[in-house]
Amino acid sequence: MNATAITVTEHRIEWDRPDRGRVGMFSLIGAESAIFTIFVVAYLFYIGKSLTGPTPKDVLSVPVFYTICLLSSSLTIHLAAKSLRRGSVGTFGAWWFATIALGATFLYGTATEWHRLIYQEGLTISTNLFGTTYYSLVGLHGFHVIVGLLALSIVMTFFLMGKVKSEHAERVDVLSLYWHFVDAVWVVVFTVVYVLGR
Amino acid sequence: MSTDAIALPGTGLASRPIVVRLHEWVTTVDHKRLGILYIIYALVFLLIAGIEAIVIRIQLIRPHNDFVSPQVFNRMFTMHGTTMIFFVVMPVLFGFANYLLPLMIGARDMAFPRLNAFSFWMTAFGGLLLYFSLVGANGLYGAGNAPDVGWFAYAPLTSQTFSLGHSTDFWILGILVSGFGSIGVAINIVSTVICMRCPGMTLAKMPLFAWLNFVMAGLVILAVSPLTAAQIMLLVDRYLGGHFFDTQAGGSAVMWMHFFWIFGHPEVYVLVLPAFAFVSEIVPVFSRKPIFGYSVMVGATVAIGFISMSVWAHHMFTVGMGANANTFFVLSTMAIAVPTGIKIFNWLATMWGGKIDFKTPMLFCIAFLFQFLVAGLTGVMLGTAPFNWHLGNSYFVVAHFHYVIVGGILFALFGAFYYWFPKMSGKMYNETLGKLHFWLFFIGFHLTFDFMHIPGLLGMPRRIYTYEPGRGWDTWNLIVTIGVFFQAAGILVFLGNFIWSYFRGESVGSDPWDAWTLEWSTNSPPPVYNFATIPEVKSRRPLWDLKHPDDPD
Repeated sequence: MNATAITVTEHRIEWDRPDRGRVGMFSLIGAESAIFTIFVVAYLFYIGKSLTGPTPKDVLSVPVFYTICLLSSSLTIHLAAKSLRRGSVGTFGAWWFATIALGATFLYGTATEWHRLIYQEGLTISTNLFGTTYYSLVGLHGFHVIVGLLALSIVMTFFLMGKVKSEHAERVDVLSLYWHFVDAVWVVVFTVVYVLGR
Repeated sequence: MSTDAIALPGTGLASRPIVVRLHEWVTTVDHKRLGILYIIYALVFLLIAGIEAIVIRIQLIRPHNDFVSPQVFNRMFTMHGTTMIFFVVMPVLFGFANYLLPLMIGARDMAFPRLNAFSFWMTAFGGLLLYFSLVGANGLYGAGNAPDVGWFAYAPLTSQTFSLGHSTDFWILGILVSGFGSIGVAINIVSTVICMRCPGMTLAKMPLFAWLNFVMAGLVILAVSPLTAAQIMLLVDRYLGGHFFDTQAGGSAVMWMHFFWIFGHPEVYVLVLPAFAFVSEIVPVFSRKPIFGYSVMVGATVAIGFISMSVWAHHMFTVGMGANANTFFVLSTMAIAVPTGIKIFNWLATMWGGKIDFKTPMLFCIAFLFQFLVAGLTGVMLGTAPFNWHLGNSYFVVAHFHYVIVGGILFALFGAFYYWFPKMSGKMYNETLGKLHFWLFFIGFHLTFDFMHIPGLLGMPRRIYTYEPGRGWDTWNLIVTIGVFFQAAGILVFLGNFIWSYFRGESVGSDPWDAWTLEWSTNSPPPVYNFATIPEVKSRRPLWDLKHPDDPD
């Protein structure tokens, strides 16, 4: 017995396993989904249970434009990843930048909405149950957008330094999975907060 | 075949200064070193939480005792529970998974070595944060130091009103931080099992150890994350004036219970599946038979994984959830006993007709089988809602879950320590001391936890500081406390055995047990790279094939 262990030299076994980056990212997405599920359940359970105002009906307006921005960033990051796989690095950079711009626009939208709610409507996280659940859920999603934007910006920095090549397509794909997840979560949050909860 | 690992130049570890070696341990990303770090870290916390248990039991040894103050008593049971679950059993199981998984599936490391190191240090700092509360939690009010809200920290006890100072915040942050570590480990284990298997090792040829840890990791991903979410909510309540669990503003204290037990019950299976994994590796080797019903074992494991996600509210029968919810959770709790029972029968069938070798690891596994069965039966009793109304929050519950965690999980874990110690250290433990440990701990365990059921049946509630004489609880509590000292003696023999054997023990070869899984094919302890060439396997017992080329699996 030794460290060489078992060697079968006669014929190599045909062997193909999934990419660990993708599996790892899907596992992370599973964990994140569980976290969001709890926040969504809390939001749904507490709808209409606030003892004082303001209520969602009074103060919330549907952020259609910013939602379109975030959802279309899924398309642009997909196009970016596709360009990189084909080897056209310049196109990749353009789409990647568009993704960051769209994500940032969405964050700006959240910021203005929060500013209006806090300063004009007087709704803070401690005002009532609606405030607690609203800022927690939307804030948790916003936090994920920020993390995503940081990650995208790191890739953008590498791109501007000329370090991104088509052999990195696999890694960019894995990162784009995370971004798609952030977008998909927004669909749920949007439905819960602005459709069911209003 | 040659007998040595390939020696890399300049790897004479012993010759290097201690600072360099320490630096290597702190910066390591090697799964074996991280595994050992996890295990040693957990053993340190085992001693701390064990001392807390001893304090609890001395306080309860006789009625009207005042060994500690009521405040300290509350802190002791909170810290004992929290430490044992989050900083002893989880890390030690992650340690074994880390150490053994890549070796068993013929890989050179986990899928993400740096994430692995990150996870360990998160867990480590989480534990330090919890214990830092002893010096840091006084806060402005001078109120409290260590957390004293119980390990499941029900609302509204955790609100600012009832928990002044920062002790509860240290509890939240310690668990939150270690939770990130646990999720990191789980992601790593899932990715390792799926992506790092050596050629030929299809899912159906993996050792059961890998299967059980794979399902465990999936449960961690799905169960620890809700706890993380709940802790964030609690922080929002405590620091930002939120109302999640604030009943005066329309919030719900029962929501916390749901969120906690959505974590809390799958957590039991997170802890017990790796224990099953140890037993599933040890029992076949010491019975000299392959595992009985491999595919049924895998199926039962996956079934346990699924069902465990839907049984959480059997912790809440006394809350008053209504007949429908109670019925559902009674039925799902009964259902999970089925795959668990199947496993017990499979291990028994593995032993049946085998040539059983009663070495220390096997002794612990046999004790595990019977004790876990009893724990399961009292679980079925408590899972029946009307019975639960009678015994909820009594010492019967405490006896039940200690039967699971000590009688089941800890016994299997001791078996694992003895079984894999030769692989990890290259030395054989002392068999006499091993048996002494077994019998001391076995007697102590049964003195403590068999007799703990009875005051529970007689109505003694858990977490009480002291009690009146003459309720029929006195003698039982005395016996329970006496058992604790047998267990403590057993633990000391266990630690002494391993420390002595590490320095003075007899060196062993790569395969002291004549076992069948891949970790025994490489040196003891394995070289950094595990395998000089990546192995290829054709069956579930690759080493059997190697040793018996005329009769492969």
